[in-house]
Amino acid sequence: MNFPAELRYTKDHEWVRVSEDGSSATVGITDFAQNELGDIVYVDIDTVGDDVGKDDVFGTVEAVKTVSELFMPVSGTVAEFNEALEGSPELVNDDPYGEGWMIRIDLSEASELDDLLTAEAYAEMTG
Amino acid sequence: MQTTPLHDIHVGLGARMMEFAGFDMPVHYGSIIEEHHAVRKAAGMFDVSHMGEVFASGPNAEAFIQQLVTNNVTQLVDGQALYTVMCRPDGGIIDDLLVYRIREGFYMLVVNASNIATDFAWMQENNSAGAELGDFSDQMGLIAVQGPAAMEVVSRVAGFDLTGLPFYRFMRPEPGAFMDCEKIILSHTGYTGEPGLEIYCEAERAAEIWSAVAAAGESDGLRPTGLGCRDTLRLEAGYCLYGNDLTGDTNPLEAGLGWLVKLEAGDFIGRDALVKAKADGLTRRLVAFTVEGRGIPRAGCEIVGPDGTIIGNVTSGTQSPTLGIGIGMGYVRNEPEFRKPGSEIGIQVRNKVLPAVVRRPPLHK
Repeated sequence: MNFPAELRYTKDHEWVRVSEDGSSATVGITDFAQNELGDIVYVDIDTVGDDVGKDDVFGTVEAVKTVSELFMPVSGTVAEFNEALEGSPELVNDDPYGEGWMIRIDLSEASELDDLLTAEAYAEMTG
Repeated sequence: MQTTPLHDIHVGLGARMMEFAGFDMPVHYGSIIEEHHAVRKAAGMFDVSHMGEVFASGPNAEAFIQQLVTNNVTQLVDGQALYTVMCRPDGGIIDDLLVYRIREGFYMLVVNASNIATDFAWMQENNSAGAELGDFSDQMGLIAVQGPAAMEVVSRVAGFDLTGLPFYRFMRPEPGAFMDCEKIILSHTGYTGEPGLEIYCEAERAAEIWSAVAAAGESDGLRPTGLGCRDTLRLEAGYCLYGNDLTGDTNPLEAGLGWLVKLEAGDFIGRDALVKAKADGLTRRLVAFTVEGRGIPRAGCEIVGPDGTIIGNVTSGTQSPTLGIGIGMGYVRNEPEFRKPGSEIGIQVRNKVLPAVVRRPPLHK
């Protein structure tokens, strides 16, 4: 199982990549999550442009048999949705930390980043 | 949790295992979608040993089954199987099942895993005809080989040709004629919408047969397939699942299974209630539908009419791997504008209404 060290993680199995200037973050689901879900067939995100609080739902991800909610790892404005997932949701399975990213958030409470898990802590949790 | 005789094989193949009907069963061996396509294009092999097998025998076996189920078993010849349901006195479905006529006075009834105990108890309580009943579910294995290449693959394992076996017919090779098995049933039946064979065997022979079929089919693209794609395949084909589309609260007429109900073939449990339901007019009907656009219907979602009023509920839903869109089945109010193929309905999924169209199954063709 692959958990890149430069990312931060949540107990809900999302990863967070903070931009160099610290103003925004890219979010997706982890390798562990995509493997648990199996073939992903639909990523439904209709919160683009909305301010969404930490731990609130920003969308859903559907595998063949299951629906899972997606939770904001930190508060902010949902600035962008990865539109490649509309036609190719399987990118989440194939490349969860790259092409399978889900949203970009403009951060409103950067201090919340400190509450996220390190790769090591997340690996321990899923282990 | 119970296990099937093939449990170790599934674990060895790295299957994702899940509890189903009290059994630890394989959901997939890597990808539900790839397994689904394998069954549509080549072949897949399913362990369905969790299914129940009850044998009814003796001079009154036929009379016993005839009053138990809605279909007409007196029409069966040796080597023929029949799909049917059995109902409560109020017409609610206890289970859907297959009746195999092995020979006069000797039948096998194949029931859903989740219902084995209640079905067998029901059969014993309603056996005034005096058939001899035995539940052999734990002693039998069942492997379903399904897909366009399935008949040829199993023919290679058998060493004789099975490709001409008609749908809903089965054969019982002589002892020793199929992999040295003492008892075996090869049945052209299935739950995928593809041709294929269901191989009933003694539990202790299941692993050998599984391995032989896997080896014989490898070059054809046959692969092990789990319950995940069994569900997507059956839903594309428009086959009902007990517990979802059929329950004790639904009768076979509203479930679209009127073709299994032979009111003229004599009395059976639930007949009076079904006669009355027919005379009174059905209040709802099971329909299949496809979603137009994005979104996946799920069991429990409400179905709405064009004006937004609730007209029913989804009982099964998934993403169709063949079509790449959401598909499902559900009950709608029995009005032509909701139930006829082509009717436009809506599926309430979270905060959205997905536009959908009622279709006559199979949905994948």
